[in-house]
Amino acid sequence: MSLWEYANPVKFLRLSERVLPWLWGGAAICLVVGLVWGFFFTPDDFRQGSTVKIIYLHVPSALMAINAWFMMLVASLIWIIRRHHVSALAARAAAPVGIVMTLIALVTGAIWGQPMWGTWWAWDPRLTSFLILFLFYLGYVALWEAIEDPDSAADLTAILCLVGTVFAVLSRYAVNFWNQGLHQGASLSLDKEENVADVFYFPLLVCIAGFVFLFLALVLYRTGTEIRVRRTRALIARETRTTDLHAEARDA
Amino acid sequence: MRALLLRDLQLALRAGGGFGLGLAFFLIVVVLVPFSVGPAAALLARIAPGVLWLGALLACLLSLDRLLAVDWEDGALDLLATSPLPLEGVVAIKAVAHWITTGLPLVLVAPVLGVLLNLPVAGYGPLVVSLALGTPALSMIGAFGAALTVGIKRGGLLLSLLVLPLYVPTLIFGAEAARRGAEGLETGTPLLLLAGITGCVLALMPFAAAAVLRVNLR
Amino acid sequence: MDVTVTDLTVARGGLAILAGVNFTLSPGAALVLRGPNGSGKTTLLRTVAGLQPLMAGEISGAEDRIAYAAHADGLKAALSVTENLGFWASVFAGPSIDAALDAFDLRALASRRAGHLSAGQKRRLGLARLMVTGRPVWVLDEPTVSLDAASVAMFATAVRAHLAAGGMALIATHIDLGLEADVLDVTPFRALAMDVQGADEAFL
Repeated sequence: MSLWEYANPVKFLRLSERVLPWLWGGAAICLVVGLVWGFFFTPDDFRQGSTVKIIYLHVPSALMAINAWFMMLVASLIWIIRRHHVSALAARAAAPVGIVMTLIALVTGAIWGQPMWGTWWAWDPRLTSFLILFLFYLGYVALWEAIEDPDSAADLTAILCLVGTVFAVLSRYAVNFWNQGLHQGASLSLDKEENVADVFYFPLLVCIAGFVFLFLALVLYRTGTEIRVRRTRALIARETRTTDLHAEARDA
Repeated sequence: MRALLLRDLQLALRAGGGFGLGLAFFLIVVVLVPFSVGPAAALLARIAPGVLWLGALLACLLSLDRLLAVDWEDGALDLLATSPLPLEGVVAIKAVAHWITTGLPLVLVAPVLGVLLNLPVAGYGPLVVSLALGTPALSMIGAFGAALTVGIKRGGLLLSLLVLPLYVPTLIFGAEAARRGAEGLETGTPLLLLAGITGCVLALMPFAAAAVLRVNLR
Repeated sequence: MDVTVTDLTVARGGLAILAGVNFTLSPGAALVLRGPNGSGKTTLLRTVAGLQPLMAGEISGAEDRIAYAAHADGLKAALSVTENLGFWASVFAGPSIDAALDAFDLRALASRRAGHLSAGQKRRLGLARLMVTGRPVWVLDEPTVSLDAASVAMFATAVRAHLAAGGMALIATHIDLGLEADVLDVTPFRALAMDVQGADEAFL
């Protein structure tokens, strides 16, 4: 049995119905545990005070904002190469979730930045890159909305996603070149030396897991909705065709 | 291919709008800047490279929605698609024609408008060079955006929304080179990066643009 | 070389509209497509011309041999009649435009701008374009729209000359052009609801 079987909409729906409750549950548990742990059971940072606790929203949402785009890129490639409708619809479903994640990251960043840097917004490379990512998301969603034929829309947005990815990466480097920033280094990385302290680290991991579950649940759910919309469309088209043919047969 | 280029240039000349409108828009933007930030010469000199780059970019954007839409509406695009010309070539030529009618005049006029904004003497060379290197990329990226939105009624606004984020790297390196030039700093690095971007865009973008055009034609 | 269409299924908006279409077009022959509005003639022609992907079946012998003409003539209002024709002649690397000007009686209008022509004259210019492409297969969608009787006769003569020279023509039209052409009614090929192989089929 191959993974591609789930490219069949019906099979995909059946699978997602089985998996969704677990994802919603996982998201709820991880978010409640992680946020409560992070907000109430970790010490204040000696330099940043209690404002540091916004990290539990800021870092996971920023991660998911980028991962959502990455997922859209992979889904677009699958659509272009293998023409699986579910893949195109999953890309479409992920975009608004990605927009919201980007917004959360930007807003929590501003709230964090105000007491730390004394300003809500700075044209720091990371902040600027996220703003640009936000614009790419907007264009992507707007293009989906503007085109009537679903397959053409899938093709055009998939190519836009590929081109957009290249330009988003280019913009990231261009922005770095253009301004060295205020933003602190990465909060998480695989080589442990620059990580945040352990007390903050573990609840943060739980929060990230929660955001991942939440993202997956939202995307699966929204993909299911998109599939049902397409299914309705197909059924209506078949119905109209049958009625027409019956009417003609009667006339003849 | 040459016939297509010549035809497009001829059309731009006869229709009149091609050369004139973009330039007039550029002029107006530059004239409005002192009204909005005040006439202080030092301030104007400091922001001049950026304003000129932004003005040129917006003037470029202005005429993009007609780049392919005209040929789409009168059916010429269908005929070109069934002709021996590769669609990649058609899009690339369209972008070249757009650059010659819009980008090139902007490059030539920019130093004149630089005088209005009190651009320091050292800045003229880098400004013209960076615009000359960067505007072809603007036209080619714009052709991709035009190909994406060609079938959409009133696609102009959507076109801007799609194209402007793609303009970010070009604008950053171009304006950076112009700014460094005006401040008497070394401009080699941003100019090289800008040339790199333009080169890659010219080499690869026609394929992406032709691919979306094929989708829109069917 | 023949143009052969085998078991062709064409789609519009993701839904199969004609299925199982078969025909062969040999040098010197014309095929007239008939069928009510919306029956899929335009879609079939666009698919044969390669502008639309086919859903099933095969088309052979059509690639790079087709001159396509539809409702829109692709004329530039700001260019003169000769400039319009000359442009397409050089794009297709086709023969000189003189024969085309004569065949469609455009000599007198040669230096006039296309924007100043009447609808019928524009149509004649659009059809004259076919002759300068130098391509053997003409695929025409309602070519006689807005033509008067004399112009229709002019057009029929041009098609006959094209066929006599070994060309082919695939024409969707309602009026009788007086050509010795086979007629293909597309109505029986209408895709049935049962065999909708549309893009949305996977969702049913």
